[in-house]
Order: sequence, then structure tokens, then C-alpha cells
Amino acid sequence: MKKILFSPWTKRALFVLCLVPTLFLLWRGFTGNLSANPVEFIEHSTGDWSLRFLLITLSVTPLRKIFDQPLLTRFRRMLGLFAFFYVCVHLLMYLTFDQMFDPMAIYADVVKRPYITVGTAGLLMMLPLAVTSTAAMVRRLGPKRWQWLHRLVYFCTLAGVIHYYWLVKSDIREPAMYGGIWALLMLFRVRMWTQKGSATKSRPTPVALKT
Amino acid sequence: MLIRKPADLRYSDVTPRQLYVNRRRFLAAGSAALGAWTLPTPAKAAGVKIANVVKSNYKVDEKMNSYEDATTYNNYYEFGTDKAEPARNANTLKPSPWQIVVGGLVNKPKTFDLDAIMKLAPLEERVYRHRCVEAWSIVVPWIGYSLANLLKQVDPKSNAKYVAFETLFDRKQMPLWGRAGIELPYVEGLRLDEAMHPLTLLSVGLYGEMLPNQNGAPVRLVVPWKYGFKGIKSIVKITLTDELPPTTWHATNAREYGFYSNVNPTVDHPRWSQGTERRLGELFKRKTLMFNGYTDQVASLYTGLDLKKFY
Repeated sequence: MKKILFSPWTKRALFVLCLVPTLFLLWRGFTGNLSANPVEFIEHSTGDWSLRFLLITLSVTPLRKIFDQPLLTRFRRMLGLFAFFYVCVHLLMYLTFDQMFDPMAIYADVVKRPYITVGTAGLLMMLPLAVTSTAAMVRRLGPKRWQWLHRLVYFCTLAGVIHYYWLVKSDIREPAMYGGIWALLMLFRVRMWTQKGSATKSRPTPVALKT
Repeated sequence: MLIRKPADLRYSDVTPRQLYVNRRRFLAAGSAALGAWTLPTPAKAAGVKIANVVKSNYKVDEKMNSYEDATTYNNYYEFGTDKAEPARNANTLKPSPWQIVVGGLVNKPKTFDLDAIMKLAPLEERVYRHRCVEAWSIVVPWIGYSLANLLKQVDPKSNAKYVAFETLFDRKQMPLWGRAGIELPYVEGLRLDEAMHPLTLLSVGLYGEMLPNQNGAPVRLVVPWKYGFKGIKSIVKITLTDELPPTTWHATNAREYGFYSNVNPTVDHPRWSQGTERRLGELFKRKTLMFNGYTDQVASLYTGLDLKKFY
């Protein structure tokens, strides 16, 4: 298992896997299968995938603990950056086709529409995380501070869930499901922290492994 | 990559029917060959051509959307809440035999079967703009006649003020009903003068054919100056009343959906702007028109009514 997790090929394969939703959209675009409303289709798809990648990123630590596989951390940064990539496409679609880059219209939307406000907040919080995702930045910030900063991802993900929940008209199954997964992943952390608090001198959690 | 191929051939007088049909077959065959594993083939159109349809003067001077746009991008929550779902799932609906029970405050209550509906008045083709509350729009050639024709046959009593409509609700034909997240059966309503307005269409078809199931077969309402959800689908019951009838989306969320729900770019949905809309087939948004562009015909219905209050 360790061998597989350590292999550079595993990482490359995962990279390609993370691109599958993009390839899927491109392929649908070329074959004219983006529905009668392609802009909306791409917005929804990239929004979904950004949220999914955030949740996958958040599940790395619990999985690592449960299965005692510290090497899983190797993939966390890439997963998080894919969440950022999909949210960027999501934003670009919105700015281009929904608002035509009209700053007043965008401003009005952000301040007037709660689901846009919370979505924007989540997206802005992802920005410092993407910027400080490199090993050099971890060193510059120091692991403790870096880790504190990157706890923002809990709130980014929650913002994404609320953004989705406030958008749907009546069928809340999907946002409710994502919200449930988020709550489970947070519950795991709360338990982890409280247990750590009672135990003396636990092993420090690895922030980033050299890859 | 993002640009969807525009419909190069549209249904129109000048396009021979055969060509039009072949284009769809060609596209269907192509997409089946290319992507059978990703996109389930959309439900086949009812495909039954309607004879003796007369052209109507109710015709907007705008480019019509394609048949695919109108029949693969639908809101019909009884068959799934995603736009593509009704086209895939509505094949469980049985539009024949069908009956509409018309009663309430009328002198001649009557039950119409589908045959009677089809023959009640000359069928017209009307090209209307259709604006969804979700800020997208489409131009569709509907087939039907003014609802007034039917209402006159039952002779409304003088105290009738409203018309209530009800969609079929059958758990067997609508196995996904539990996912809708709205109370069923779907109900809608109009003021009697709105219902009697010549623009209010009782529709049995589109693009020269009987309504496909996902579009509300076999009989639906089309009220072009109101948001699309007022156009109740698969109608089984019409009742005249003297009280404001309950309407499904208003019952679901009164702050967001009013009884009137006239298209109004100056009254936003609490969660999004109604000032602009995306016409299906276009990438950028366009300005939404007051009463969806039907101000000349319908504004007089609302003189003295505060449209911000009665949204």
C-alpha cells in the first residue's frame, strides 16, 4: 500500500482523474450535448465539482487517520487546487455570460443576493489557500500558522453548501447531502481535537510531506 | 468549445416538413452514435401531427427556438427536478384516455374528454414568448385556442371570480413524485378576467404535433405574460370559484412567488434579478420586457393594482 501511495504514477493518475469532469464538459461541448442552456450547464457542473473536491480534500485527514496512511497527505494539495480550479471556471462563466463584466451589476448582485454573497465569500477565502499552497509558502509561514490559515477551508466548504442550498427552489436533496458530509467530516475533527486535548503529547500532524 | 451549435433549420412555413424531421433524426442518430453512454436519449416526441391547424395573428416577430430546446429543457417536477429529467422520465405518463372535469360556479358543469377538447374550437398555431421565473426564456409555436372558448361552454355564474386548475397526480404514473419538494397535485389559478383574455391559451400541441409528455400532455395552459409556472401542465380539473384559489409555488414560498406572477423586470425575485433573462440558444442575457412584451394587450387588466405588492 505504501508503495502504491508513494509512486509518482499514482499522483499522475489522480491528476488525470481530477481532469475527467473538464474533459467531460469539453466532449459534451464538441458534441452539442450541453443542454439547451450551456452556460447554466457548465456553471452547475463546475460548481458541483468544486464543492465535491472541497469535500474530498476535507476527507483526506479523516481517511489518513482511520486507515493509518500518512502518505495520503501527498494528494491533498492537488485535490484542493482542483477545487480552486473548478470554482475559477464557475466564476468566469458567471462574470462573462451572466454579468458581461458589468461591475455595477456584479456589485449589486453580491450585495443583494444572499446566495451570491455567501458564494463570493467562500471563493475569496479560497484565494489565500491557493496562493499559500506551495512548499515554499509553508516554510515561510511556518507549519503552525500555515495550518491555522488553511483551516479556512472548513468555512469555504460550508459557504459552498449554503450557496447551493440558497439557490435551489424546492428539491434540497443534493445540498442537504453535501451539508451532511461536511458535518460528518467536521464531527470527526472535533472528536480528534477533543481527544488530543485530553491525551498528553500526541504526535504532531504532518502539514505537508515532501513530494 | 462552449458554443452550442445553433439550430440551423427551424420549424417554419418555408421548411419542408420532411427536411425538418430528417434533421432531428440525423442529430439523434449522430448523438446516439457518439455518446450513447453519457446522454440517455431524450424521450421520443409524441410525434402525432395535428391536422387542420390555422395560423394565428398571435405571433411574435422573433426567432423560434428549436424543437429540441422546447422538449429537452423542462420544469415538470413530478418527473424530476433537473431540466433534463422530464424528457427522460415522463414516458410513464398516459395522456390518453384523458378527461378534464370543469365545474364549480358554472351553470353547465361538464366533463370533456380529449376528443371533445380537440374539437371544441378551431386549433390555432400561436408563437409566444415564454419566460421562466428562473430567468430563462424560449419562443415556442404552441397549438391550441383561447381558454375562453371552453369557459363559455360551461357558462360561468355571475359570482365566479377566479378559475382554479389542477394537474393530474397519480403516484403510479409519476413514480418520482416524492422528490418534487412541492405539494401535489400541482395547482394554479387565474382571475376570471385573466382566464377569459384571448391571449390565455389552452394548448394541446407544439411545433405541429401533440404535446410531448414532458411539456404537459395532453392539455396545458399557456399564459405568455406570466412566469412559466403559471402555465399548468396535464390539466385534469378546472373549477370556477369566488375565492382566490391556492397556487403551488405560492404555497411553497409565498415571499418568492405571488398569485399574479406577471413577468415584471422591476420586481425582483428575492434571490435573483428579474431584469434580464437568457433566451435559450443565446449565451448572453437580454433585457426582460414588462409583461413579457405583452403590455399592449394585458396592461389594462391591472390598472390601479400595485404590481409591487401584488407580484
